Amino acid sequence: MDFLEVNGIHKSFGKTEVLKGIDFSMEKGEVLAIIGSSGSGKTTMLRCLNFLETPDKGSISVNGDMLYSSDEPPYSDTQKREKRLHFGLVFQQFNLFPQYNVLKNVSLAQELRQLKGKKFSVTEKREIIRNIDDNSRRLLDTVGLSEKVNNYPCELSGGQQQRVAIARALALNPDILCFDEPTSALDPELTGEVLRVIRELKTSDRTMIVVTHEMNFARGVADKVIFMADGVIEEYGTPDEVFGAPKSEKTKSFLEKSLENP
Amino acid sequence: MSFLEVTKQLANGFGVTVVIFLITLVVSLPLGLVITFGSMSKILPVKWITKTFVWIIRGTPLMLQIILIFYGPGLLFKMQALPRLTAVLIAFIINYSCYFSEIYRGGIESIPKGQYEAGQVLGMTKTQIFFKIVLFQVIKRIVPPMGNEIITLVKDTSLARVIAVTELVKAAEDIVSMKMIIWPLFYIGAFYLVFSALLTVLLNYVEKKMNYYSG
Ligand SMILES: Nc1ncnc2c1ncn2[C@@H]1O[C@H](COP(=O)(O)OP(=O)(O)OP(=O)(O)O)[C@@H](O)[C@H]1O
Ligand SMILES: [Mg+2]
Repeated sequence: MDFLEVNGIHKSFGKTEVLKGIDFSMEKGEVLAIIGSSGSGKTTMLRCLNFLETPDKGSISVNGDMLYSSDEPPYSDTQKREKRLHFGLVFQQFNLFPQYNVLKNVSLAQELRQLKGKKFSVTEKREIIRNIDDNSRRLLDTVGLSEKVNNYPCELSGGQQQRVAIARALALNPDILCFDEPTSALDPELTGEVLRVIRELKTSDRTMIVVTHEMNFARGVADKVIFMADGVIEEYGTPDEVFGAPKSEKTKSFLEKSLENP
Repeated sequence: MSFLEVTKQLANGFGVTVVIFLITLVVSLPLGLVITFGSMSKILPVKWITKTFVWIIRGTPLMLQIILIFYGPGLLFKMQALPRLTAVLIAFIINYSCYFSEIYRGGIESIPKGQYEAGQVLGMTKTQIFFKIVLFQVIKRIVPPMGNEIITLVKDTSLARVIAVTELVKAAEDIVSMKMIIWPLFYIGAFYLVFSALLTVLLNYVEKKMNYYSG
């Protein structure tokens, strides 16, 4: 059984069928790039994985834990909250919390999670907060922002904001980290620093899914590439297979177009 | 009548004005939020009843509402009328809660969906998302319109005189008609000006405090 298994995912909005049966699987530690033209359903797929949309049909499991299955009764909100933590998501528009400084953006979810509904003595609580604080600073160091812990998001460049968002998504230690076009909202000169951070995150056991229009990045970093077109997986393979010797006509013409105007 | 005597008599009226102002504010601020939740409810009957209620209250004069709440129970159901000040407070609280609720709703709806989704993917509960992420951003956005509404409340308190509650304007009017002097009316004008000036200063301070981040 694979680490991530996605089977037969269908999703419609009203009458438009956006996902028409998506099947793929990933092994632990793999990096998967999803490419495809605008409107092909990439974002919708990531949103299904992250419980922001509910598929109409199909199943998703991580590490043997069934996260969604249209054959089974839906989970309660509490169960969903637990299960969704298998995934982390970095948004195109960052979505940082503007009223909190960088450190708090990263620590907030950890604090809510570890302190909610439990009783701790003052010293225990202080200890927990200190650990969360250390962990958050370490994560911010990983994305190269140790200097900015006390700044507010509005004081940062887009690239820095997106790096905070990456640290925030890592804070609850998800099994699979998803990125939805993490550099599309950035000025061209800022994409490099974000892509570099993502590349550095690639370690033996960190599983990632990156939806991207950066073909060089996909080719250089991903272990597997999915090309999506009109709600189906048109092509799947290693970067060399998909970029070097695409089988489908749609893939070929998409790659040609994106080479012309990257 | 000496200046001091007039001041003393007006001070009583001003006391009533301040009571109406403060009690309306303290009760309506949270009650408005409850009404907001009603008008944004997923349960359609709750939503539509709340919206209709808000529409009626905002679409009719506060003065009419005060009169109805004071005389209505007696004339309609032969009940004993409420004490005058109580009737005024009920009318003000209902009226201002509805106005506040619309400001809150506008504020809540102006928060981008991405803020909720960011909280959701981090495993936060709906309550946590509202209180830890959304609420503060809403407050920041609504301070200016709320400020306007609160200043209006200062002046609206004078409507209480319609059922003979002796707030500041009525207190002055009583002196004017008894002593045939006009200056107390200008004098109370100064009361209102100082009152709203103080509030403006306070509201500007709050607004500035919350401006530590932009957006
Ligand atoms: N909430 C929604 N309601 C209705 N239609 C939607 C909704 N979300 C997405 N769609 C539609 O689904 C289709 C796929 O959208 P999606 O955002 O998944 O595409 P995408 O591959 O991420 O595109 P892009 O590269 O532009 O981000 C589009 O036609 C879009 O209009
Ligand atoms: Mg998209």
